[in-house]
Amino acid sequence: MINELLNMNGYGSYVWSSFSFTILSFSILYVIVKLQYIKEKNKFIAKYGSLDTKKAKIARTQIINQEILSSSQSI
Amino acid sequence: MFKILEPNKIFLITSKAPKYVMILFILVFSIGLVEALILSPEDYKQSHSVRIMYVHVPAAWISLGIFSSITFLSLCGYIFKNKHFFLIAKSLAPSGLIFNIVALVTGSIWGKPTWGTWWAWDARITSMLILAIFYLLYLIAWRIFEDKEQVIKITTLITIFGIINVPIIKYSVDWWNTLHQPASINIMSKSAIHSSMLLPLLIMSAAFALFSLLIFLMKYNTELIKLKNKGLDRL
Repeated sequence: MINELLNMNGYGSYVWSSFSFTILSFSILYVIVKLQYIKEKNKFIAKYGSLDTKKAKIARTQIINQEILSSSQSI
Repeated sequence: MFKILEPNKIFLITSKAPKYVMILFILVFSIGLVEALILSPEDYKQSHSVRIMYVHVPAAWISLGIFSSITFLSLCGYIFKNKHFFLIAKSLAPSGLIFNIVALVTGSIWGKPTWGTWWAWDARITSMLILAIFYLLYLIAWRIFEDKEQVIKITTLITIFGIINVPIIKYSVDWWNTLHQPASINIMSKSAIHSSMLLPLLIMSAAFALFSLLIFLMKYNTELIKLKNKGLDRL
């Protein structure tokens, strides 16, 4: 059964390599985009943290800034 | 007019959505893989190699769909003078390029057992390669041009030239005598493929659409944070 699934009448290498390539491409793209997100978010946190009291007060009035700081986007 | 596109409002949704989309994608993709690799029957002519269709066709469909959407959004951005359309278009492009590459590579792998060659300068395959070049040009333009107005003009021009290629891809199998088979699925008429093969194809298409949505949301959130980073500099 497993041999049959892997071999697929001699087409196994073509089928499995196609599916593997697809999954690998998805994984690479996901990791790249995730890393870009983490980099920008860390940059934002660092900048936000270094603001003086007056500027921090202005920044706090924007909901999106609070949302960026609180958003975990755990995936 | 486009108040819904305001970053403050939209980020409330887009920051929370990725995890739910990810869960849904894993679920649909798992079902699709079982259907495509185990449950669906082999083809009487192509045998098991037909299973490649379940990744090749959805990838091609979605890459074409994304490029059309990018063009539409770029034109809307230009007409309505709203830069947010360009941000959405830019966030869609990476997944479009990946789907285009997946369609080309899996098509090439399918070509070897079916036609006896990895590559042919056939109208459908060549026009898909040209689409990948347009995707690359689009993404490179966003990277190399710093001036906002300039990059908007250039990327819109790239999409306008690129969209001419989309109907060529679609109808290339009808207009020319190509190695690539004609379309088996038609929205306007009865599909030429059996429901046992249509079902995994549709499930995989849904999974791929969810993946492109996931990447779009993550990329879009990154772009919004980038904008806010610049905003903090200006304070």
